[in-house]
Amino acid sequence: MESSLNFFTGFKVLDLLFLGEAAARTLLISGISIASGTVLGVLFGWLLYEGRIFGSLTLAPVLDVFRSVPLIIQLVLFYNFAPIIGLSLDPFACGAAVLTIYTAALVANVARGGIEAVAMPLRRASRSLGMTYWQDMMYVVAPIGMRTVFPAWVGVALGVMKDSALVSVLGYIELLKASQILITRTQEPFLILAVAGAFYFALSFPVARFADRLEQRWSQ
Amino acid sequence: MDYNFHWRPVFRDLPDLVEAGFVTLQVAVLSMLIGMACGIVLAIMRMHGSAPLRWVAVSWIELARNTPALFQLFFFGFGLGAFGLHLSPFLIVLCGLTFNNAGYLAENFRGGFQAIPETQMRAARSLGMTAAQAYIRIIIPQVLRLVYHPMTNQMVWAVLMSSLGMLVGFRELSGETQFFASRTFRIFEYFAVTAVIYYVIVKFILGSSRLLAFRLFRY
Repeated sequence: MESSLNFFTGFKVLDLLFLGEAAARTLLISGISIASGTVLGVLFGWLLYEGRIFGSLTLAPVLDVFRSVPLIIQLVLFYNFAPIIGLSLDPFACGAAVLTIYTAALVANVARGGIEAVAMPLRRASRSLGMTYWQDMMYVVAPIGMRTVFPAWVGVALGVMKDSALVSVLGYIELLKASQILITRTQEPFLILAVAGAFYFALSFPVARFADRLEQRWSQ
Repeated sequence: MDYNFHWRPVFRDLPDLVEAGFVTLQVAVLSMLIGMACGIVLAIMRMHGSAPLRWVAVSWIELARNTPALFQLFFFGFGLGAFGLHLSPFLIVLCGLTFNNAGYLAENFRGGFQAIPETQMRAARSLGMTAAQAYIRIIIPQVLRLVYHPMTNQMVWAVLMSSLGMLVGFRELSGETQFFASRTFRIFEYFAVTAVIYYVIVKFILGSSRLLAFRLFRY
């Protein structure tokens, strides 16, 4: 009876494993980028704050470029630029590098806001108590500043986690790319996209809620 | 480094790229306008709606804010295909961006609505305005002023997000660039010029919004 050839196979349990593996890769690349981007971003934020006019004339416009050009263009550009200068990077390294700089550009402003949020009299007081510059930074500025900008930082981190889906243009198989592959094979777009979306949502929603609640509690 | 840059084909296609830049701007502005309208309605639904309305608003807002924009685009592109609904690439990008913008803007508007003193509403109502009149003539103008800067940011995001159209076959700036780049294999050169065009568009939006703010808020 059924004589026509069928190229598509149904959604199997093993495919869930494939999606899970891809989800782990999404977590890996966004975790690495967020961690290294935050370190770099805090450094940039400190440079912006201490650099004053010099910082806002040199570093700020450069960081601004990363916020004014779509991430997807940055990824394609860097992926094609790396071989020109003799680097041979795989999609993962390339994606992680671009996401790190992107995160750093976003975190830099957040970090500068955090330092600026600490009232100057407070810092003068700590200095006149005999603290060194770095002690003041460590024990006064960091705890107070971090509190004010922590919710903003969570927003940036979640944004980067969601934007990591774009690394798929380089051929890195993360969650969204994996679901696209499965859709091509099974022709069940709705089910598979729902699973992928549910994963992103399950990751992002509780963290966003937690940050909201924290913000409310701290602002009281 | 033994790579020879070839900029000539890029400059030959530059007029087409600039034209595609206008397509980008067009879809971003359109999605922003529709997104604003949806966002206001969603914010009001979330604050004052009945339970089912509130549930719809909350799930729209949270889905828009907690999933990647690319996922939302894919959903409108492939996901609706499961129900036999096939949108054109332009509509996919427009729907995806509007869905996303509306979700983010709704939260901004909600903050704006909560910042307006309740007495404004009561005063408007006691002057004989209906609820709709009070919203349109009294509350919403004040809210728009409050959320002007977040809205500018969202506009920039809309332009940047429209670049995802490249992945669903829409020929806006990025899609057009990819098309040209795949014809000549001068990928780096083409995308470098495109990056510059995006930068100019974003700066243009920020600059004109600042001018507009100057004109609008000089009271």
